[in-house]
Amino acid sequence: MNLPVIVFFAFALFAVGGAVMLILAREPIHSALALILVMSALATLYLLLGAEFIAAVQMIVYAGAVMVLFVFVIMLLNMGLEERTDFSKLAKYAGVPLGFVLLLEIAHWLWRSPAGAVVANGPQPVTAFSTVELSKLLFRSYLFPFEATSILILIAILGALVLARKEE
Amino acid sequence: MIVPVSYYLVLSAILFGLGVVAFVFKRNVITVFMSIELMLNAVNLAFVAFARARNQLDGLIFVFFVVVVAAAEAAVGLAIIIVLARNRESLNVERVNSLKF
Repeated sequence: MNLPVIVFFAFALFAVGGAVMLILAREPIHSALALILVMSALATLYLLLGAEFIAAVQMIVYAGAVMVLFVFVIMLLNMGLEERTDFSKLAKYAGVPLGFVLLLEIAHWLWRSPAGAVVANGPQPVTAFSTVELSKLLFRSYLFPFEATSILILIAILGALVLARKEE
Repeated sequence: MIVPVSYYLVLSAILFGLGVVAFVFKRNVITVFMSIELMLNAVNLAFVAFARARNQLDGLIFVFFVVVVAAAEAAVGLAIIIVLARNRESLNVERVNSLKF
């Protein structure tokens, strides 16, 4: 065991633990804090993978902006404990099996696919991804999708405003 | 030795599976929304891992777009949740069944 592998397992444990806490917590605010834990752990894993820009985006946009929005709405609505209703038997009996079937399917695919095998054994360079190269790619090859996302953001802002406005 | 990329993919699959389980299990609409974010995060991890495996930057661009779409989705979704809470006085997804046939 060397240092990167130990760091990987430590933060993978944080991520999975956070995800389990998200499921088990009854207060929505605890679920939100667990999700922030998952996102922070994933940001560290991105650093380990050499994707520094994505790690920064993960922390600023996800763990920062999006989760602040969630925490803010939880505070605003203040609905307290999650109620345990048993309206839907489907969730109880289909939920966990479906989740595990999905997991098994992904594991099977990883095991069988030639891409997975190449990925598993191929040598990986240690160098970090260059942010300069990333921005060149973003503003040249992917310029049109990039501009399209600005329209998407605009529509989202307008939609949020229209929806949340109080009717007179 | 460096961490094999397959480790990241397995972690991504586990996180996605937990996200699906949370999506089906949680009854609070905000928590259901958070489990969607969890699934998006798991997919992002797979994208970065594949980008590292093939040593190409395109995967990172996709992560960037996923983050943008997730932010837009969170803004609109939470606005809908606020309206829902105002009209129904409950955040339980099973009480929001007007569209159910």
